Amino acid sequence: MSITAMTTQDIEFGLDSFVPISVDETGHELTGDVVIRNTVEEAVLADAVGIDSFNIAEHYRQDMMDSAAHVILAAIAGRTEHIRLGTAVTVLSTQDPVRIYTQFATLDAVSNGRAQLIVGRGSLIESFPLFGYDLADYEDLFEEKLDLLTRLLRDQPVTWSGKFRSPLTNQYLSPPLPEGHIPTWVGVGGSPQSVIRAARYGLPLMLAVIGGPAIRFAPLVELYKRALEAYGHPPLRIGMHSHGYVARTDQEAVDIQWPHWAHVFENAAAERGWARPTMDRFQAEVEEGSLYLGSPETVATKIAWVIRLLGLSRFDLAYATGRVPHEQKMATIELYGREVIPRVRELLAESAFEPAASGVHAVAEAGSSSV
Amino acid sequence: MSRSDTDRRRLGIVGAGKIGTTIARAAVAGGYDVAISGSGPAERIALIVDVLAPGARAVSTDEVVRHADLIILAIPMHRFRELPPDLFAGKILVDAMNYWEEIDGFDEELATAPGGTSAVVQQRFPSARVVKSLNHLGYFDVERGRRSRGTPGRIAIAAAGDDRAAVAAVLQLIDRLGFDAVDAGPLEAGLALQPGGAVFGVSYGSAELSSLLWPEASSA
Repeated sequence: MSITAMTTQDIEFGLDSFVPISVDETGHELTGDVVIRNTVEEAVLADAVGIDSFNIAEHYRQDMMDSAAHVILAAIAGRTEHIRLGTAVTVLSTQDPVRIYTQFATLDAVSNGRAQLIVGRGSLIESFPLFGYDLADYEDLFEEKLDLLTRLLRDQPVTWSGKFRSPLTNQYLSPPLPEGHIPTWVGVGGSPQSVIRAARYGLPLMLAVIGGPAIRFAPLVELYKRALEAYGHPPLRIGMHSHGYVARTDQEAVDIQWPHWAHVFENAAAERGWARPTMDRFQAEVEEGSLYLGSPETVATKIAWVIRLLGLSRFDLAYATGRVPHEQKMATIELYGREVIPRVRELLAESAFEPAASGVHAVAEAGSSSV
Repeated sequence: MSRSDTDRRRLGIVGAGKIGTTIARAAVAGGYDVAISGSGPAERIALIVDVLAPGARAVSTDEVVRHADLIILAIPMHRFRELPPDLFAGKILVDAMNYWEEIDGFDEELATAPGGTSAVVQQRFPSARVVKSLNHLGYFDVERGRRSRGTPGRIAIAAAGDDRAAVAAVLQLIDRLGFDAVDAGPLEAGLALQPGGAVFGVSYGSAELSSLLWPEASSA
């Protein structure tokens, strides 16, 4: 799709889940199998309320049940009609691209063409020791596996050799994919080299903005566009993933999300040496940072703003941070689909929207006026 | 290093990631002649530097070392041992790296270093004059927090090092980048600046940062 011909109807609104262990309404932790079935229900609701995609992450941790996204997505596929089914993100560095191809080409078949992928290096590295990879190969692994995956998706049969897996000779994989399937995005967390790589492969870019003001990603958007040009690719789509929670009112959203957000960051502070969470920091994330939290109007206004700011054509909400109960997640999905997304489209239609950011200049101006 | 070299405001940066390019941008704005390198040949980061740090020059790491006596090391922590031990001989080397087990993998030497991770960096580069600094603020705080000297609410950055002349040079750099500079003391005081340390990851003004780093002095 040409970027210039894009309308607000073409913007894709997704939901992203880590399939986190949640609590019931009395505060007791649910078991992993229940959490997985609840997540299927959440995706079924997302389909019913018109959300464009449902995407599952990949971790190997005790508090996240997202270690086999393709299985959960296949279950969702059997119960839904329209919603696209993807990952956010697949840690490609420690996966076999041949397996990823067979799993997701099969998902694409059972879902009648609804599979999609975001691939990345992963911000956590627990999969490296688990699958026997050396962290020293962090860069090379991703490069090689992205190379093989894009070739499998684009042009079979494939003859290929690399450092980390056995070579392929004139290899066809089944099931075959129709032309243009499976949309594959590259997820980046802020590394300029990753942005360049996405452009080099001619793949759309997904920004993971998990804290702080979104404007800090504007220079990377500019870098991506310049790099696409340099590699001779046409303009490609840019998406963003951020956390958030929608409730009836701003206050209700804070009351529900704050204790769970604090719990996550208390753990991170203990494990990773981060600063401990405070209500001030939480409020700052809501007001000027990367939490899309509040009433439908508040959240829609902020999403429309960031779509304009960065020239986005996809926005994924990582809905509900931490152990928020299933029932409250269902309520947030309903509001996101029925109220937030239509309102964002309305806000963007109010004045001409061109998804082209010159945000690097906005940052430069903010910087130079202050020094 | 000579006074004239400091006055010429030449800065080298090894690492063209988030932190390296952010510091490069601040340094260009502060009047520095900046040379920056990534892993591999200069062409590999030319576009990154052109877009993210216009005015800085993308060069090889060897050229960075030749360019300046004041060098920032801003590469992923798990890669610093790939650089030759004598690479920074005689140079002031600002260690802007942080050790994150979840990103760098478990590294026993770094995880248990009693004098902090910068002491390990100093051991690796024995002929360099290592100063720990520019690591305890998020890169966007460095981007957004730059202010001219005397501006109310100016954020502070601390520097820790055993070579006091080197620390003085880094304090001057911090000021020129747009931040109040606080002397944190010897290199092992860098423990307070690293993840899990007393002042890591939060923006403070110089009075508050000093009182956190020097609690006895401020209560006396």
